[in-house]
Amino acid sequence: MPLLIRWLKSAAQEVQEYASLTCATFTGAFSRPFYRHDVVEQFDLIGVGSLTVVLLSGLFTGMALASQSGLTLDQFGARPVVGRLVSASMIKELGPVLTALMLTGRIGSGIAAEIGSMVVGDQINALRALGTDPVRKLVVPRMLAGFIMAPVLTVISDFIGILGGWVVARYQLQVNSSLYWASVTKGLYMHDVWMGLSKPFVFGFLIVTIACHVGLRTSGGTAGVGKATTLSVVAGSVAVIAADFFVTQIFIGFIF
Amino acid sequence: MQTDARTAEYVRHILSETGAPVVVFDHVQLAFDEKVVLKDVTFSLIKGHTKIILGASGSGKSTALKILVGLLRADAGVVWVNGQRVDQLAEGQLMAVRNDLGMIFQEGALFDSLTVRENVGYKLYEETTMPLEEVGKRVEEVLGFIDLAEHIDKMPSELSGGQRRRVAIARAMAFKPSIMLYDEATTGLDPITATTVDDEMIKLRDLENVSSLIVTHQLRDAFYVATHMAVRDAQGHVQIQPATPEKERETEFIMLRDGLIIFEGDAASLRRSTDPYIVNFLS
Repeated sequence: MPLLIRWLKSAAQEVQEYASLTCATFTGAFSRPFYRHDVVEQFDLIGVGSLTVVLLSGLFTGMALASQSGLTLDQFGARPVVGRLVSASMIKELGPVLTALMLTGRIGSGIAAEIGSMVVGDQINALRALGTDPVRKLVVPRMLAGFIMAPVLTVISDFIGILGGWVVARYQLQVNSSLYWASVTKGLYMHDVWMGLSKPFVFGFLIVTIACHVGLRTSGGTAGVGKATTLSVVAGSVAVIAADFFVTQIFIGFIF
Repeated sequence: MQTDARTAEYVRHILSETGAPVVVFDHVQLAFDEKVVLKDVTFSLIKGHTKIILGASGSGKSTALKILVGLLRADAGVVWVNGQRVDQLAEGQLMAVRNDLGMIFQEGALFDSLTVRENVGYKLYEETTMPLEEVGKRVEEVLGFIDLAEHIDKMPSELSGGQRRRVAIARAMAFKPSIMLYDEATTGLDPITATTVDDEMIKLRDLENVSSLIVTHQLRDAFYVATHMAVRDAQGHVQIQPATPEKERETEFIMLRDGLIIFEGDAASLRRSTDPYIVNFLS
C-alpha cells in the first residue's frame, strides 16, 4: 500500500510539473523575451533535419500498403481501387502516426538527451544564473518548431506514401496510372483531410513538450541522461498513439 | 511608488559606503525531505571583501550559494543581496538581482554548443541591447584579462579543465557584476592549474573591486587566495604577491559542518583553532 501511495504521489507530481511546463511554454510563446535565432535554428533541426527519415518511412509505408492491399483487393476483384485505400490510410492514419513516431525517435530522444545533459552539467543553472529563463530559451523554440513542422512533414510523408503506392500499383499490380490517381482523389473527403492535418499539430506539441519535460527532470548523472532519453521515446510514442485515438474520437463525434 | 524610490535611493546610499554588507544570510534553513542541509546559517559579506566557505562534501556549501542566486529557495530565514530580499522574489524578479551576481559552477558549466566567444558574451548577446561590436570588444577585453585571448574561437571541448574554469570566470565577469560566487572552482584541477584559477579570483577581487564568496574544500587554494593580493606595476603588468596584513583581514573563513557554522574568522584564527573537527580538517 505505501508503495502504491508513493507511486500515485509521484505520478501526480509528474503530471503537475508537465502541466506547469506547458503553461510556462504558452506564456513564453506569447511574451518577451523571445529568442528568434533559436526558433529558426530549431525549425531547421526539427523540420529539415527530419526530412530524410520521414521521406523514407513514408515511401516504404505507401509501397507496403499498396502491395498488401493489392493482394486483399484481388479476392474481390477490386484491384483498381488500391489508390483509394492507400490515400485514405495514409492521410487519415498512417501518415500522421508514423511521421509522429519517427519524430519521437529522432527529435524526442535528441531533445531529452540534450536538455538532460545540460541539467546534469549545471548548464541549466548557469542559464538561470545568467538571467535566462530556460523555458523561453530551450522549450519555446522547440515547441514552436515541433508544432509547425510536424504537420508539414506529415503532408510530405502522405504525398510520398501515395507516390510509393503508385509505383507498386503501376509496376507490380499492373494498375493503370490514371485509374490509380483517379481512385486516390475519389477516396478522399474533406473531413479526412482535416483529420489528417489536425492530428500532427497535437502530436508535434506532445512529442516536444514531453521530451523537454523529461529532459528538464533529469537527475543521476550520465546514467540519468540515458534513462531520460529512453523515457522520452517511450512516453512520447504512447502519447502519440493515445492522442491519435482521442483526436479520432473527437472528429468522429463532430463530423458523423 | 515614491516611497519605493526613496527606499531604493537609501539602499544605494548605504551600499556605496565602505564596509556595507552586500550579502546577508540571516538564520537560513533548508531541508530536502528528511535530510536537513542548512540548519541555521547566518553570515554576511562586506563590499569588496572575500568570504571563503569551507566544509566537507555534503555540508551545505554549494546549497548556500544556490540559495543566494535564487536557484534554490530556503525553507526559513532571510537572504539579502545588494539590499534586496531575494528569498521572497519570483523567478522573473530574480533576473534583475542576478545582473549583479556572477557565478562560477563546478566544472565550469560552459555551453557545449557555443564557442568561447559566444560563451563569454552570452549574457551581453542574449539579455542586453548592447551593440554587437561593443559586446565583441568586451569579450576580447575579459579574455585578455584572463590570458585566454588566443582561444576565443575554440569550442569548450577543445580546452583543458583549467582553461574551462577560467573561461567560466570570464563569462561571469563579462557583464561586470559586483559580486562573484565561486562554487568549487578549483576542484579536480592539478595544483599548478588550480593556482592559475586562484590568480584570476585574486585579480578580480583586487583590481576590479569585486566582492567574492568562495565555496571550496581545497585548503591550499583557500589559503592561497586569502594570503595573496594582486597589484599592477608601473608598466601595467599584474603581479600576484603575498598580501599585506590589512589585505589578509579582508578575507574571512566560514567552516560549515552538518548545516551549521562552526567557525568564522580570518586565516590566522582558523589556523589557531583548537576545535578537533577543524584541526582534523586542516590536517
